[in-house]
Amino acid sequence: MNETAMTRREWLLTDRPQSRLQARLGRAYVTWGRFAANRLAVIGMLIILGLIVLAIFAPLLAPYSPYVGDLAKSRLLPPDAAHWLGTDDQGRDILSRLIYGSRLTLQVVVLVAIIAAPLGLLVGTVAGYAGGWVDAVLMRITDIFLAFPKLVLALAFVAALGPGIGNAIIAIAITSWPPYARIARAETLTVRNSDYISAVRLMGASPWRIVLRHIMPLCISSLIVRVTLDMAGIILTAAGLGFLGLGAQPPLPEWGAMIASGRRFILDQWWVAAMPGFAILIVSLGFNLLGDGLRDALDPRGSSQ
Amino acid sequence: MSTAERRMPARRANRRAFATLKSIAGFVVVVATTYLGLLAVTFFIGRVVPIDPVLAIVGDRAPSHVVERVRQEMGFNLPYYQQFFLYVKGVLQGDFGTSVLTTNPVMTDIRRVFPATMELATVGTVIGAAFGIPLGVLAAVRRGSLADQIVRIVGLVGYSVPIFWLGLLALLVFYARLGWTSGPGRMDVVFEYTFTPITGFFLLDAILNRDWAAFRDIVSHIVLPGSLLGYFSLAYISRMTRSFMLNELSQEYIVAARAKGLSETRIIWGHALRNAAVPLVTVIALSYAGLLEGSVLTETVFAWPGLGLYITNSLQNADMNAVLGGTIVIGSVFIAINLLSDVLYRMLDPRTRTR
Repeated sequence: MNETAMTRREWLLTDRPQSRLQARLGRAYVTWGRFAANRLAVIGMLIILGLIVLAIFAPLLAPYSPYVGDLAKSRLLPPDAAHWLGTDDQGRDILSRLIYGSRLTLQVVVLVAIIAAPLGLLVGTVAGYAGGWVDAVLMRITDIFLAFPKLVLALAFVAALGPGIGNAIIAIAITSWPPYARIARAETLTVRNSDYISAVRLMGASPWRIVLRHIMPLCISSLIVRVTLDMAGIILTAAGLGFLGLGAQPPLPEWGAMIASGRRFILDQWWVAAMPGFAILIVSLGFNLLGDGLRDALDPRGSSQ
Repeated sequence: MSTAERRMPARRANRRAFATLKSIAGFVVVVATTYLGLLAVTFFIGRVVPIDPVLAIVGDRAPSHVVERVRQEMGFNLPYYQQFFLYVKGVLQGDFGTSVLTTNPVMTDIRRVFPATMELATVGTVIGAAFGIPLGVLAAVRRGSLADQIVRIVGLVGYSVPIFWLGLLALLVFYARLGWTSGPGRMDVVFEYTFTPITGFFLLDAILNRDWAAFRDIVSHIVLPGSLLGYFSLAYISRMTRSFMLNELSQEYIVAARAKGLSETRIIWGHALRNAAVPLVTVIALSYAGLLEGSVLTETVFAWPGLGLYITNSLQNADMNAVLGGTIVIGSVFIAINLLSDVLYRMLDPRTRTR
């Protein structure tokens, strides 16, 4: 068969890729195929993409200001054509606040992942590759943190640091790295004695280079799955902190804080507290569906579980 | 028989005793380091993170001589490692300091409120296990069916929903609109003066007192927060049950049981679930620990006078002693349950014993 006559699909699925790029694209294509076959996972992905679009284009999409409402005319209006999700006690459009709030949610999730995942990755790979007492000490610390109640500890941290979204992010990140360290260590143990690592070592690579360039990349895929699955928990913890008044401070439209401020009106104006809750539910459901789908697509072995 | 051969069992017994001793020592080290780690973190939060821990205790309006006296009395002028030593010593003696808000020793407060939290978490776990295990078994047996999908969605929503929000909606619907249950709190004010707590677990106390009117009232108060926590543990338990059952159902002994002609019911409930029960015990224990933690938000919504509400009330009043005391208690129970489920697992599963 002539190479030019190959369809794109054949080019991607070939047994003899001509370049590294072709091999990678081929792998990605297969993984995508598995992922796309899972309808719930695709729904999850669309939810998260929707969240990202909302966050980026918030000023264009929000019909009203998230901070200033018409106190005279539009206090606590039920959902109607002008205010799709109603208005809150300060006359602010709830939909607009939710749209702007997506930025805070995304900020929390991304920052926690950026802090906690590399920390766990570093601890886990170093422990797994070094072995011996380094491994013992690092893993003991990890297990200690793993045995703590996360939410309560995050509460205490924020109580000491002072309320605010930045401190909430730090508190959540501090309590969420241990599982990543466990995963990274497990992955490291499976590859540390493989031939290619020995080859790299024979060529004179330093331990740091081996860990950073040759072991860490292999841990990434299982780590991404775990981080995605944890996102829902992170969102719920952040919302819980916000609900207790320890997260983002008013007038920031953080979803948990919005529920807290709507709590007073729950009996008569239920939508003020109910709408932000739906937003949290939809987004964390999205992350859970996406994470499940990613796990099944990236790790076909565990898909039956 | 040579003497060497005769000596063998003794040597083996020795080796086994040594291995047991070693595993006990290892266990003690694990418990001690984990607990010290918890105390180190709470110490760090209470003493190192705040700019001035004395001000955090006496408040920023206290006159300077009071601040200085408290600093001396509490040993805050000492180096950190000495402070930590004193702190650990105090905590081990049950001294968490005094609550600024209630002016009681924190330990006294916690002893008063903790049974309420345990009662709620217990009811939640019972509900979660009672519904979660059958649902998980059903999902595993009818894998891929509509029932499996529904159980999966129910579980996923449980993982994704903010508990405090669901609590608010439940109060709105079942208490305010439908009037099926009682509202926030543990019992009606009417009973508060006639009811004598014995154990602090009100359901049990009402039975012991044979006070059926109070019992009904307590049940109608606990049913909402209890089911709510139950739903969360159901999400976790059903998912794990399904996974364990799928694992067991693919084993060869199931094929053998089928070949013998045993009924499906017998195979599923008598054989597969019985083997899945070992890891399930661990899961249920962990979900109980999770509910103790989840109670912080639930209790706030339902005004349930337990440890969670105590912690959040103290938070709002910057009462760090109380917050950290509550954290240590929840953390200790958490650690204890974690380790206990580990031990239980080893005791119940003979395969893990020989290693």
